[in-house]
Amino acid sequence: MDTRIDVYPTHEIAGLKARAGRPLPFGATLVPGGVNFSIFSRHATACALVLFRKGEPTPFAELPFPPEFRIGDVFCVTVFDLEVEEIEYGYRMDGPFDPARGHRFDPTKILSDPYARLLSGRNQWGVEPDWAAPYPHRARIAFDDFDWQGDRPVGTPLADLVIYELHVRSFTQHPSAGVRNPGTYAGLAEKIPYLKELGVNCVELMPVFEFDEFENSRIAPGTGERLLNYWGYSTVGFFAPKAGLAATGQFGMQMDEFKTLVRQLHEAGIEVMLDVVFNHTAEGNEHGPYVSFRGIDNQTYYILTPEGYYYNFSGCGNTLNCNNPVVRAFVLDCLRYWAAEYHIDGFRFDLASILGRDAFGAPLANPPLLESLAYDPILSKCKLVAEAWDAGGLYQVGSFPAYGRWAEWNGKFRDDVRQFLKGDSGMAGAISTRMQGSPDLYGWNGRGPTASINFITCHDGFTLYDSFAYNGKHNEANGEHNNDGGNDNHSWNCGWEGESTDPEVNALRRRQIKNAAAMLLLAHGVPLLLAGDELGRTQYGNNNNYCHDTDLSWIDWSARAANADLFRFFSRMIAFRRAHPVLRPLHHLTGRISPTSGLPEISFHGTASWYADFSPGSRVFAYLLDGTQARDGQAPDNTLYIAFNMHWDALGFALPAPPSGSRWHVFANTGATAPDDVFDPGSEPILSAQDHILVGARSVVILVAR
Amino acid sequence: MALTAKLEIVNNVAKIALTGRLDASTANQFRELIEQAAAQKVKAAALLLGDLEYMASAGLRILVFARQKMGVAVKIYVVAPQDLVRETIEISGFSQAVILLPAYDATVIEG
Repeated sequence: MDTRIDVYPTHEIAGLKARAGRPLPFGATLVPGGVNFSIFSRHATACALVLFRKGEPTPFAELPFPPEFRIGDVFCVTVFDLEVEEIEYGYRMDGPFDPARGHRFDPTKILSDPYARLLSGRNQWGVEPDWAAPYPHRARIAFDDFDWQGDRPVGTPLADLVIYELHVRSFTQHPSAGVRNPGTYAGLAEKIPYLKELGVNCVELMPVFEFDEFENSRIAPGTGERLLNYWGYSTVGFFAPKAGLAATGQFGMQMDEFKTLVRQLHEAGIEVMLDVVFNHTAEGNEHGPYVSFRGIDNQTYYILTPEGYYYNFSGCGNTLNCNNPVVRAFVLDCLRYWAAEYHIDGFRFDLASILGRDAFGAPLANPPLLESLAYDPILSKCKLVAEAWDAGGLYQVGSFPAYGRWAEWNGKFRDDVRQFLKGDSGMAGAISTRMQGSPDLYGWNGRGPTASINFITCHDGFTLYDSFAYNGKHNEANGEHNNDGGNDNHSWNCGWEGESTDPEVNALRRRQIKNAAAMLLLAHGVPLLLAGDELGRTQYGNNNNYCHDTDLSWIDWSARAANADLFRFFSRMIAFRRAHPVLRPLHHLTGRISPTSGLPEISFHGTASWYADFSPGSRVFAYLLDGTQARDGQAPDNTLYIAFNMHWDALGFALPAPPSGSRWHVFANTGATAPDDVFDPGSEPILSAQDHILVGARSVVILVAR
Repeated sequence: MALTAKLEIVNNVAKIALTGRLDASTANQFRELIEQAAAQKVKAAALLLGDLEYMASAGLRILVFARQKMGVAVKIYVVAPQDLVRETIEISGFSQAVILLPAYDATVIEG
């Protein structure tokens, strides 16, 4: 037996055996006989490792780092014989408190390790914390013994993805969800059969990095409701899954539960994309708390004004200094960790334009962080999606530095489609480009349609139902006198503000939801659906629902029965998209004419065939996709004809002839009532008259030639 | 409540009965019994958890340790866990490492 000792204690500090540690990796790492702790600070003059027994308010040991334990700007120590399951740790940093120079060291604070992979302190959702606790977000030591059972990322091509955005708690917290563990990762896993039935193949999870739901919590005047940081766009621990979203968080098992969820989703062929928030942290501005970065090295981690205040390009008090090389490496380490350790398939970056700003806040032409992420060998198969704007006025939809890798949330798709749907005139030209994957935005630099993540609704703004039930926002429950939330909703209430008993109003709303679903799932690019829209979910006109842990946020599954036709329409549209590669091109179409079919790849039509009406008064648009040229002719498909009539009157559309030997069949007609509004792909009924069709008022018709 | 842990080996099957609470402070008792059982080269292990009220992450991690220590050929049965314990094992993914049984079944376990 080999009895050689590689690592042995050389020091005794605060009664514990220790030796100089290894600077990499950062964080707390299990090593033979002990734990290696490593943390960066350029400007700290002293640092101590603070050790607690689990849950205890006062530390049992505090180990100052001797000078020889500091390598460059890294403090590192290996501590031996620790009961790793029993301890929590933090750091105490000393240094100048000189805000004008960017320094805010405070040795009275105990700071969380930015690389902590497991955090306690908010172990169960909604349990009011001890506000006086000196160290509320407590780092723990993590284990890597999860058995993945051979799991690996799914690897669905971006062009084939149907993304479904959801909030883990909202998805199953409502009693009607009928799951054993409501509001948790485990609860979401119980709903995988539903996701399969709907047909989505990627879930985009709103923030799951540890956050504090009690951040800025307050009691709403009038209602008495405790308003929370419910969505979680304010990170406390970037490497740690949120414990309060785990049924096993009280046992410290959130890592395992989340990995089990990922493994189960992968088994079902569903990818996992995380909504990640690197633009700011939970530390707020100069009045905010010390969680981590502020006390570790404020000047390095935040973008500061010349006077030492926090720039607020995030709208949340501070801005992470993402293109500082140390911070850049931190972001890269974090994403690599989630990709490697949690098998995550992709990331959506909240307010991603901030990631392209320099240390003074100016936008960079070639941001090192974005380039590093694009070319990183570990992230090379991960989808990278930018919310290509920030709260500082930088709007980069169509111009986000992409490096051939980045896709973008296409806000122009949302705005144009909403305006077209509500009957605004003069939108036909814009709709033509949106349905083609926005070549005006992503064609000039060869990015192609998959650069466009198409969405009509997301967590920000109205739900789809509310887009057709409210002209204006109704955010009074947020306690900000209806001043929060956007005003550019491009919504239309169909004739009555809010809930209505008028059957005509409700029928029109239902039709508009189907119209929207059809446009989203027909458009070239990558569709993103908001969870619950397929069930007609309402937030009663609230378009900024960030703070409600109530049924204003939770999905009410009883709507599944009442809105069965909506679910059916969504699921069949998804199946139709999957069945037809002509809807999922890899390049923007050019109008090239096929020698086989004699048809252009795409042709534009109106009420007259071969004559599109792009005039300012137009509310119609129709197009024909040549199936023989699907995916450059590599995936022969049916030819499709699609007509949108957003006029308030029904209009007759003359049809182009179907390809020789085929006839038009009706896949969908939102002007018809269920069950004649949509059919199973492949079993569509034949169209009675082959040369024309009456498209109902505010309706969509989809024909298949076969 | 502390942990009581007992090991007996019958028909080349290690039966480990746990009573009380299994957490970081008591996990070593469980770990030692696993090591003793593994040293006996048993063909299966049955963890009798009917009287175990609570299992923290430290205890769950010993299930992984048991799987590693005994090898893949040795079947590990978790017998009659209380609801909270069983559910924690299932949703944290540890059920992949063991076989959950509602009661001791000699036909299945002792073969």
